[in-house]
Amino acid sequence: MAEETPKKYLLGNDAIAHACLEAGVDFVSGYPGTPSSEVVDKLRAQQDPWYYVEWSVNEKVAFENALAASWCGLRSIVTMKHVGLNVAADPLMTSAYTGTKGGFVVLSADDPFAHSSQNEQDSRMYAKFAQIPCLDPSSSQEAHDFAKTAFELSEKFSLPVLLRPTTRICHSKGDVLLGESSPSTRKGVFVKDPKQYVVIPAHTRPLHVALTKKQPEIAKYLVESGLNSAKIRGTKAVIAGGISNSFVEEVTPKDISLIKIGAYPIDGKWLADVLSKHTEVLVVEELMPVIEEAALQAQTSTIIHGKLDGYLPHEGEFSPALVASAIEKAGFGKNTYPASPEQAIVAVRPPILCAGCLHRSVFYAMRKVFKDGIFPSDIGCYTLGLQLGAVDTTICMGASITIGSGISHACPGTDVVSTIGDSTFLHTGINGLINAVYNNTNQTIIILDNRITAMTGHQPNPNTGITATGEPSPKISLEELVRACGVSFVETVDPYDLTYLLVTLREAKKHPGVKVIIAKQPCVIMNKRLGIKRNRFIVDTEKCTQCGACLKYGCPAIETDETGASKITALCTGCGVCADICPAGAIHRGGARQ
Amino acid sequence: MKKSFDVLIVGIGGQGTILASNVLGDACVIEGRHVRGAETHGMSQRGGSVETHIRIDGKFGPLIAPGTADLLIAFDVLEALRYRHFLKPDGTMVVSREMVVPTSVFSAKQPVPKMEDVEAELKSGTAKVILVDAAEIAVQAGNPLAANIVLLGAASHKLPLAAESLFEAVRRNVPPKTVSVNETAFRLGKEAV
Repeated sequence: MAEETPKKYLLGNDAIAHACLEAGVDFVSGYPGTPSSEVVDKLRAQQDPWYYVEWSVNEKVAFENALAASWCGLRSIVTMKHVGLNVAADPLMTSAYTGTKGGFVVLSADDPFAHSSQNEQDSRMYAKFAQIPCLDPSSSQEAHDFAKTAFELSEKFSLPVLLRPTTRICHSKGDVLLGESSPSTRKGVFVKDPKQYVVIPAHTRPLHVALTKKQPEIAKYLVESGLNSAKIRGTKAVIAGGISNSFVEEVTPKDISLIKIGAYPIDGKWLADVLSKHTEVLVVEELMPVIEEAALQAQTSTIIHGKLDGYLPHEGEFSPALVASAIEKAGFGKNTYPASPEQAIVAVRPPILCAGCLHRSVFYAMRKVFKDGIFPSDIGCYTLGLQLGAVDTTICMGASITIGSGISHACPGTDVVSTIGDSTFLHTGINGLINAVYNNTNQTIIILDNRITAMTGHQPNPNTGITATGEPSPKISLEELVRACGVSFVETVDPYDLTYLLVTLREAKKHPGVKVIIAKQPCVIMNKRLGIKRNRFIVDTEKCTQCGACLKYGCPAIETDETGASKITALCTGCGVCADICPAGAIHRGGARQ
Repeated sequence: MKKSFDVLIVGIGGQGTILASNVLGDACVIEGRHVRGAETHGMSQRGGSVETHIRIDGKFGPLIAPGTADLLIAFDVLEALRYRHFLKPDGTMVVSREMVVPTSVFSAKQPVPKMEDVEAELKSGTAKVILVDAAEIAVQAGNPLAANIVLLGAASHKLPLAAESLFEAVRRNVPPKTVSVNETAFRLGKEAV
């Protein structure tokens, strides 16, 4: 048996979670969002943790919970994806003024190339905006090391510290050297200090002055601590931020200097000094030109290349080959990567809703009843309803009901049917519902209730009945909640019962005002994990007329055989909706148990 | 020149590409070697096409450039075809003789691809193609879910890692109850090539 080596092959997010254990974290909160979710998932899965951990209802709530813990002297981390920071931006901006006590780390995971996001915003801009330090790791190891540093840095400057890993850090793996866990015995104490914590104008003005004063000191420290560094190797240099450093190290010739930016704010004097040792510099950073603008601001005679002169794109994620081509363009070295070979033409395989997913039958029924309807939707697995023609808009969390209201008021007489998941409804959907009722909107709202936050990895939410650590908690009643908002048309339906679903939708169509239909079925992935099994369905090929109605339903368990007749595969989870759709009555229960 | 041995593992969300990549990563750590990897999580799963990059001896970024991978391990012939441009001209692909036709082909009534045509297309390139009946061998080993480990066994001849390290990494990554089935799966996969 091979000996246990001190290094581990770890996901960036798992490395960050471990760093929290090493830092003796006391308080953990967050809202799930790819690519950030595994940090809290890992921390909540620990046996008998000494720290408090929660999934919050949204990022603003999560942020404020963790901020308060920091004010009580506890080491806290709050995690979210980049767009979640928009939701938490309100407390973020002012928490820089109030400052912090216990180390407070704000993890905002960016997603260049929008692998699983609605935009490619750059969280570094938030750090600049809020005037707080930002750490930008280049590998799984650095993600780990920087997470620990972030707690220390926060305590040193009494400020929130933004940790900004990108998708290719969060979901990359590497050999990582870990330290020992360091359980904390700290107890939180809130010491009243209204001048610090009550930001009335008279208090906030001096706080702003104090915040500005901290900036040069922070920038200087980030150089002294080696987070920003320069290896002078020639008269030309590449400056890189975050993961771009790993690409740059791989492809930059040995006679080109390497200037590594791991943290912000960048010390202007240091940067000017480093730049002035070079005649020409290429800035390599994904998304916004943060380093590039700092380099231009340094006002040296050095020529600066980057995004602003078209050497590199503003959008998407970088790769070694892309960086090599920019290096060649700048005349710093040769690009030895082959031209990308031709791609074979293969039928696309996008992610799709699972066989038996409740969303599919809802979308099918919606389109049947509301043929000319407008379908605002939201963020979740159900955004995949786009493929089924049942999603007309998706902009951000909670924006189904609100966009629906806007369309309904803007286009009177239009049937508007909004869809939103249970977790998203509790995140920011409920405000939109209250507003829709208050302002007499005409709209049908379908809450797709699968009792879990599915897309990000099945995290529990207030509708699940358990907390992040598996403790029982009161399960919220969506029906009562919706009624309390003033909705009188509230119907709960089983989306596998297609007939009743269609009847309910037709009923809703007739009624004016806000109608809420709660379509309830657990997520099929959770069912599988819980061992819930139904008998599969089969096609009677004698009866199948090959009309294609079941195929159009788009279920991954339905295919055709050699003869062209429909066939149900082992992916079937027994929801039975296809049997109701089949006009020939050729589909019936009778397949093997899953 | 690059010093890492670059492996791209491709398949369909849920087929076990991440577990397979963890085996390679752990085998590197067991041998005290550097390794980098990149995975597909989140929205890209749910039955979608997935790719995992593994750079054995990699010290830099996790991404493999098209035209430079040393080895392609594919859990599905259509996915092998989709990602074959990542291979260097004299690279090798180890492919499970398995074909899951994308649902969109049926719902949009497109022609359903035939296994023999896809195989012929794969073999028409310059890369070496090794097709493995991974599903069948996994059943022989005692569990159809072990097809990913069968494929790793088959690919082990091409990997710059000792078979013992891979064996140990398999043990570390599979559920405790399935260790012996997976050991058999790895061995049968190795012997199948």
